[in-house]
Amino acid sequence: MARRAQPVGAGPGIGAAAAVGALILGSLAAVFLRAEAGRGLGPADWAAVRFTVLQATLSAAISVGLAVPVARALARRRFVGRRALIALMGAPFILPVIVAVLGLLSVFGRSGWVSQALGWFGLPPLSIYGLHGVVLAHVFFNLPLATRLILQGWQEIPAERFRLAAQLGAGPGEIRRLLERPMLARVVPGALAVVFAICLTSFAVALTLGGGPRATTIELAIYQAFRFDFDLGRAALLSSIQILLTSAAALLALKAARHEGPGAGLDRPVQRWDANGAGLVAQDAALIGLATLFLALPLAAIIARGVPGILSLPAGVWRAALTSVEVAAGSTALLLMLALPMAATVATGRRAGVELAGMLGLAASPLVIGTGLFIIINPLADPRALALPVTALVNAVMALPFALRILVPRACEVVARHGRLALALDMGGWPFVRRVLLPRMRPQIGFAAGLAAALSMGDLGVIALFADPDRATLPLQVWRLMGAYRMETAAGAALLLLCLSMAAFWLLDRGGRFHAEA
Amino acid sequence: MLKLDATIVANGDFTTRADFTIPAGAKVAVIGPSGAGKSTLVEGIAGFLPVTGGRILWQGRDITREPPGKRPVAMLFQDGNLFPHLTVEQNVGLGVRPDLRLNAEQKARVARAIARTGLAGLETRKPAALSGGQQSRAALARVLVQNRPLLLLDEPFAALGPALKTEMLDLVSELAQETGATLMMVSHDPNDARRIADLVVLVTEGHAHPPRPTAELLDNPPPALQRYLGSPESRTR
Repeated sequence: MARRAQPVGAGPGIGAAAAVGALILGSLAAVFLRAEAGRGLGPADWAAVRFTVLQATLSAAISVGLAVPVARALARRRFVGRRALIALMGAPFILPVIVAVLGLLSVFGRSGWVSQALGWFGLPPLSIYGLHGVVLAHVFFNLPLATRLILQGWQEIPAERFRLAAQLGAGPGEIRRLLERPMLARVVPGALAVVFAICLTSFAVALTLGGGPRATTIELAIYQAFRFDFDLGRAALLSSIQILLTSAAALLALKAARHEGPGAGLDRPVQRWDANGAGLVAQDAALIGLATLFLALPLAAIIARGVPGILSLPAGVWRAALTSVEVAAGSTALLLMLALPMAATVATGRRAGVELAGMLGLAASPLVIGTGLFIIINPLADPRALALPVTALVNAVMALPFALRILVPRACEVVARHGRLALALDMGGWPFVRRVLLPRMRPQIGFAAGLAAALSMGDLGVIALFADPDRATLPLQVWRLMGAYRMETAAGAALLLLCLSMAAFWLLDRGGRFHAEA
Repeated sequence: MLKLDATIVANGDFTTRADFTIPAGAKVAVIGPSGAGKSTLVEGIAGFLPVTGGRILWQGRDITREPPGKRPVAMLFQDGNLFPHLTVEQNVGLGVRPDLRLNAEQKARVARAIARTGLAGLETRKPAALSGGQQSRAALARVLVQNRPLLLLDEPFAALGPALKTEMLDLVSELAQETGATLMMVSHDPNDARRIADLVVLVTEGHAHPPRPTAELLDNPPPALQRYLGSPESRTR
C-alpha cells in the first residue's frame, strides 16, 4: 500500500538505530569470537552462574511477594502523602546503587542502627555481606518498582467493578476472588520477570555486598577475570553466558510484562466500600509504614552520616564529581542524539528495525558491552585512555530503551496531530523538527534526559572495568573510599553523589516542563 | 482550472473516484453522506492520500506526484489548523516561509493579513488564548499569506456555532473573491452550499459526481442526494 506523506525523513533515525545495533551486536560478536569455549567452565564459573540465578530468583520472589500486600494497601487506602509516597517509589530507579548500599550498611550493617538496637538487648549484630545482603539491596531497589507495577494493575480495575461488588455485598474475601486474583494473575508474572531480568545483570551490588566464591555474580566474575587475572578469554566466555541468560530473561520479561517503567496516572479516585474493618485498616497502615521506613531509613542514614563530612571532602572527591558531571552530560547528549531521531522515525510509521535496535540494550549488560568494546579497542588504542567516553556511550545505550519508552508515544502523538498541517505548509524536515517536534516534546525530552543524566551520574559499571587508578567518577571514588574503610568520607561523597543525581534529574525534568503548554 | 482525470484516491482499502474539471475561480461545495469519500477526495487533491489511478492537473500542470507543500493548494482541516505553542504571528508567518525567517516586507504582509481577518492587536497571543472564531480567523490569515490559487476546506468551522460559522463562511467567500482563488469546501449542510457555492460536487459511495450549479442541483435533487437530504416527511420524524 502506498504510504501517507510524512513530515520527517527516516534517514537520521535509521542511521542512529544502525549505530546502536552495530555497537551492541559488534561488541557481542567480539565477545563470542574471543571466548575460549574449548576451555569450558571451571567450578568457580559454574558457582557464579548458580549464584546469579539464585539471587535473581530470590530477589524477584521476595520483592514481588512483599509488593503485593503493599500495593493492595496503597490501592485501598487514601491518606495524606499517598501521592508523594508513590512518587518516592519511583526514586530508586535513579538512585545511585553505591549510595543505596552505603545507606543499607548504615542501617542494617554490622555497626548500623539495627545492630546497635540489637546490642541493647544483648543480641549479636547483623552482617549483610553475602547472599542475604545482595538480596536485601535488590529488594530495596525492586520492591518500589514491583509495587508500582502491581499498583498500576489495581488502578486499572475500573471503579465501577468495585461499586458493583459493593452493591452485591462483597467483603474483602470475595473482592479478592472476584477482582484481585485475576488481576494479579495477569500482572505478577510480568513484575517477576522484570525484577528477575534486572537482578541478573547486577554488578555494583554484588561488587560491594557480594564477592568471594559464594557470592559472585557473572557480571562480577567478568570484572574479576578482567581486572585481577587479565584473562580476556575467560571474561569473554563468561560474557557469552551472560548474554544468553539476559537475552532469555529480556524476552521473558517483554512477553510477560504488559507495562513497566515509571508509569503515569497512579491516582485515579477509586472508592472502596470493602476492607473497612479495624483489623484490615491496622494491617494496611502497618504495611505502608514498614515499606516507607524500609525505603526512607537508608536515605536518611546517608544524609545523617554524610552531612558532617560533605564540607571537608578531599580534593579527589571534587575532581571525581566534576568528571561524573562531564560523563553524565556527554552521556545525556549522546542519548538524545540517538533517541530523538529514532523516536521520530518510529512516529512516522517506520518502526520495525528501529524499535528492535532500541530494545537491544535490554538484552546486553554494561559489563558485557564493556568487555566487547575493550576487545575491539585494545588493538587500536589504550582502552584506559578512553574510559570516560566509553562509559558515557555505554550509559547512553543502556538508557536508550527507557528513553524510547518515554519519547515514542509523544512523538507519535505530535506527528499524528500536527504532521498534516506541517506538510500543507511545506515545513517538512528541519523546520518541522525545530518549530514543532522538539517544542511539543519538551516535557518528555526533559524527563528522558533527566533519567539518562541521573543513571549515568550514579553508574558504577563499565567505569570500574576501564578506569586507571588516577581517574575516577564519583561512584567509583565512593567505592574506593569504602574499600579503604574511610566510611565517613565515603558517606560525605555518597551524599554529594545523591545530590548531584537528584539535581541533574530535577533540573532537566523541570527544564522540560518549564512554561510548557499541554 | 482543476482537472481530475479519472482520478482514484486511496484511503486504506477505501477509494474515491472522480473524473471532472472545476473552472478556475469557482466556489464549489462538496456534499454527501458521511463516509462517502468527501474528505478522501480533498485530501487526495491536497496530497495527503496517495492517488492510485489517473491524474490531477492544475492549469494543465500534472501535480499528481507533488508533495503536499509544493502543490498550489492551501488547506484547512477539521481541527489542528494552528500550532498551539506558536503565537498568532508565527502561525501566520509559517504560511510565508516554513522556517520563519521573514524580511521586513514579508512581516508587513503577515501584519496586513492579520489585520484583514480582524485580529490586529492579538499578534502575540497563542491559540489557547483565542476564542474559537478568532482561531479560525488566524488560520484564514495564514491561508491569505500562503496565496495559493486553490483553497480546500474540510469543514474547519464545524465546531463553531451557526452564527459564527456563517460569519466565517462569508469571510472565506470574501477572501476567495479578493484573491481570485478557487474554493472547494466539504460540507454536511446544503445551506452552506446555497450561501457561498456556485457549484456542488455530490459524493456518494466512493464516487464524486461532476459539479452542477448549486440551485439547480439542490432544487431538483437526484435520488442519491434526495436520500441524503431526506424527504420532507422523514425530516420531521
